[in-house]
Amino acid sequence: MEQQKRYSFLKRSSSLFAFIRKEFYHIFRDRRTMFILLGMPIVEIIIFGFALTNEVKNSKIAVFDQSADQASVAITQELNASRYFDVVKDIHSYSDIDAAFRKGTMKLAVVFPKNFNEDLLHLNKAQVQLIADASDPNVATTLTNYATAIILDYQDRITQGRQIPYMIKTEQRMLYNPQLKGAYSFVPGVMAMVLMLICTMMTAVTIVKEKETGTMEIMLVSPLQPFKIIVAKAVPYLLLSLINIASILLLSTFVLGVPIQGNLLLLIGEGVLFIITCLTLGLLISTSTDSQQTAMFISLTGMFLPTVMLSGFMFPVENMPRFLQIISNIVPARWFYSIVKDVMIKGLGFTAVWKETLILVGMTLALLALSIKKFKIRLA
Amino acid sequence: MEYVIRAEKLSKTFGDFRAVDEISFQVSKGEIFGFLGANGAGKTTAMRMLCGLSIPSSGKATVAGFDVYKQTELIKKNIGYMSQKFSLYEDLTVKENMQFYGGIYGKSNQFIKEKTAAIIEQLSLQNEAGKLVGSLPLGWKQKLAFSVAIFHEPAIVFLDEPTGGVDPVTRREFWSMIYQAADSGITVFVTTHYMDEAEYCNRVSIMVDGKIEALDTPHGLKKTFGADSMDSVFLKLARGAARSAD
Repeated sequence: MEQQKRYSFLKRSSSLFAFIRKEFYHIFRDRRTMFILLGMPIVEIIIFGFALTNEVKNSKIAVFDQSADQASVAITQELNASRYFDVVKDIHSYSDIDAAFRKGTMKLAVVFPKNFNEDLLHLNKAQVQLIADASDPNVATTLTNYATAIILDYQDRITQGRQIPYMIKTEQRMLYNPQLKGAYSFVPGVMAMVLMLICTMMTAVTIVKEKETGTMEIMLVSPLQPFKIIVAKAVPYLLLSLINIASILLLSTFVLGVPIQGNLLLLIGEGVLFIITCLTLGLLISTSTDSQQTAMFISLTGMFLPTVMLSGFMFPVENMPRFLQIISNIVPARWFYSIVKDVMIKGLGFTAVWKETLILVGMTLALLALSIKKFKIRLA
Repeated sequence: MEYVIRAEKLSKTFGDFRAVDEISFQVSKGEIFGFLGANGAGKTTAMRMLCGLSIPSSGKATVAGFDVYKQTELIKKNIGYMSQKFSLYEDLTVKENMQFYGGIYGKSNQFIKEKTAAIIEQLSLQNEAGKLVGSLPLGWKQKLAFSVAIFHEPAIVFLDEPTGGVDPVTRREFWSMIYQAADSGITVFVTTHYMDEAEYCNRVSIMVDGKIEALDTPHGLKKTFGADSMDSVFLKLARGAARSAD
């Protein structure tokens, strides 16, 4: 009685509605799964945002200043002032650097040679040595890049207003992501991952479950049209996924400080499109298998892994071997990832993403046609 | 006599394989019609055609007055179906299951409410109405599944081995429900492997290799084949089968 009151808002008569209501009961009754589905994006955003970050923050660096002149002191101050580095000064020889690296207290050392300022002003050629602990190459690269950027920045400033013909001007600009925040690339990635997981796997599993328990038979014998079965299975996960998109966007805006640059409606519209792509993928899987385990396995290995590996979210597509690049074209998440990056991070409009959108629409229609055909063959 | 199911030379072939080979029979209103046959004899295929799930290759048939070729949607509205899997949702309550099945048959809220109350009363499930079906004993689930199969008051109910895995006492109770349904005018089309259950039917057909080899009352069949039980009638017929297993 109590249960019924609680869900009374879902009450209305119509076969489709009765079916959708039933799907919601399944979801609400399985609390654990429901919390996983709703909690997953939150946990993933937090893990990716804080734990797996490749950003540098207050990293300790050593400065071995052999000249201690105007320029070297100024650069040291700049480094220290930036929020990426904390300068530790008690380094008086190369062996001190080595010792510090071995202790693991710091991973980067900046060495100014003697007569640094003089060289810079008179020879237009001064050297700074950056020594990094490359036992973790990613960290080493990031640290040296940051330090280089700060040094070049200083160089730019002192050369301003002067005409020095041979001074090489290096310009570094980090477009769209000036602070090189990792969040800019993983928010779209997490979105693609979560939607793929929920929509594809859950749809496949719930439909196959009905086959396993024999309830699908009952539905096929009933006057319910097959498209209603499909719609009723899809609607709850569509709604769930929209909640997930909302929570991802809210977290990324307010917790990670990654604002939505583009049109929110466009972003949500593209999200819905990708959700539908994933739902049809799940539907296709469900028509090809009869057990929940198989459905789950296909969804995880066949859909989820390519989403993570080949969408460009973990590894840039451009750096992949040729044949993987070709394969990545059929991964829907690749196109969605690119759309979200363009719309959310770069703030581009529909004109910039219409091609990707068209590809997703095409994929969805093809998948839908294929799965409806397979669904019908099973009935004959 | 009013016939609810008519089949005339109904056949289904898959390639060269004649799964159902020109079967002809009639079932009258309110009759309990036993549909027997060894595994692989073609029972399931025949039943699927009658349920509108499969289009016949040749022959004629009407179910509840509707054509099995062109009016499958109307057939589906007028039949009920129950398999040995019982097909209830374990994570839904007794009431919710009835609401769902009433709903997919397009019944009004009023109808669903009254019918649900009547079934709960009939099965004495007052205390269990709000409980999840998964927590009920097997026998109750089976009776509930039957009630759900005839929830929308169909003209015919197809029962596909409905008593599989149920103890003899519950089977007996279940058959009394079948009789009640038949008394109220619902035609019962039932397949079974239990020969004692075949005795409960008004008439029994026995399929062998896609053909109906015998069709009569249990009493008539025993007389024709000079057997003292349906068991030996069945064995005599099935022994000549060329096909076995599914």
